[in-house]
Amino acid sequence: MKRFLEGSQAVANSVALCKPGVIAAYPITPQTHIPEELSKLVAEGLLNSEFVNVESEHSAASVVLGSTACGVRSYTATSSQGLLLMGEVLFNIAGLRLPVVLTCANRAVSAPINIWNDQQDSISLRDSGWAQFYVENIQEAVDFHIIAYRLAEDRNIMLPVMVCMDGYILTHGVEVVDMPEQKDVDRFLPAYKPLYKLDIENPLTLGFLADTDYYMETRFAIQKTHQEILDLLPKITHDFRNVFGRDYGEGLIETYRTTDAERVIVAMGSVCGTIKEVVDQLRRKGKKVGLLKVITYRPFPIDKIYEALKNVPKVAVLDRALSLGADAPLYTEIRAIFFGKKRSPKLIRSFIAGLGGRDITLDSIKEIFKKLSLKTTEEEFIDLKPELLKDKV
Amino acid sequence: MFGPIFSKPLSSKNNKTGSWRMGKRPKFLQTNCIACRMCILICPEGCIEGEDKNTYHCDYDYCKGCGNCVEICPRQDIVMIEDK
Repeated sequence: MKRFLEGSQAVANSVALCKPGVIAAYPITPQTHIPEELSKLVAEGLLNSEFVNVESEHSAASVVLGSTACGVRSYTATSSQGLLLMGEVLFNIAGLRLPVVLTCANRAVSAPINIWNDQQDSISLRDSGWAQFYVENIQEAVDFHIIAYRLAEDRNIMLPVMVCMDGYILTHGVEVVDMPEQKDVDRFLPAYKPLYKLDIENPLTLGFLADTDYYMETRFAIQKTHQEILDLLPKITHDFRNVFGRDYGEGLIETYRTTDAERVIVAMGSVCGTIKEVVDQLRRKGKKVGLLKVITYRPFPIDKIYEALKNVPKVAVLDRALSLGADAPLYTEIRAIFFGKKRSPKLIRSFIAGLGGRDITLDSIKEIFKKLSLKTTEEEFIDLKPELLKDKV
Repeated sequence: MFGPIFSKPLSSKNNKTGSWRMGKRPKFLQTNCIACRMCILICPEGCIEGEDKNTYHCDYDYCKGCGNCVEICPRQDIVMIEDK
């Protein structure tokens, strides 16, 4: 049914359709509306779930670790500092192979304190073993939570999934959303049947010490499972299309007018909507431009990106996060795909924009396309204010 | 793909931590013991047993020789001796 919903409300209702038995979350802007709506659904008796009020994000993550280990589908959401406070537990959840689903309402990381959107928080957790989706709009946010549970709980995967949605832009934006029906979600997402669980009748030890004889195999197994996700996710999105009618291709990347494109921007998240608008405008003027949207950032769909970009002469990679002291994260990985390959873009350039919620406007995107025609290969910050910077104190 | 992620309870008993001792081990004199059970509570390995006065002893397969039981005993009824 089509409804006019705020992004957080829509996501909360999507999560409720997945019927998590345990929800634990600690409020942090801009994630707050999601657990707020969920707690309301629980209080009104519309969702039969244990809502655990906790004293921090570390505790929220620990609660869902424990409840999932006991065989119960669980959910949490956070942002920014909250995600980083969860960090230690997030590595544990992945290491214990627990299929938790978490929403990261993407927000900049302090200091200086900033509650607005960029993607530094979840990018910083990219090595934790969690799969990561970056959604473009509220409809995708709704749908990818359902896909996330299906993927996470697959018995060949058993890994947590983080759905990353841009804070404010998507969490507080309002759109018409086609909300899935409960009977369809039940058909697509069967009840969670754990491979193993903590059970006093049949005790086992989870989280034991794995010394030098055992640890490496646990990490290797997660690495291999991420490759298996690349094969499984297209089947899941195919099923999703059959049940709900919405097509996300293979769920890994989306190409927008790239077939004959001479200049392509690679990006993740809500900014892709802005880029599509600019692509359409420039295409009307006869410019051959396009967009490659990375939906699944972990596992990183190397082969799909290679195929999509191998014939594109010039590629701009737009990061909304940094790896301070090195090249930007998405840029680095896009570059790495083409090392030693015969077919490759002639130019791959790094652009950083929208940190700490600075608007990425149509003009910002046009500037990136324009700068892609220049000879230089330097990394560039878009919409930077040099007047605020000084070389010496 | 999965690696080793859980084990059955009590499997850690296969790790004989007694091999960690560095030349000394506690000796339970069993003469002035008042059965306060403090040694049982403080033992990080949980390898001390005993019920009545002067019955307390430890399992040297697991005792790491930390000496906490010696320190906490209110009657100085446990002492560290050369581990031979």
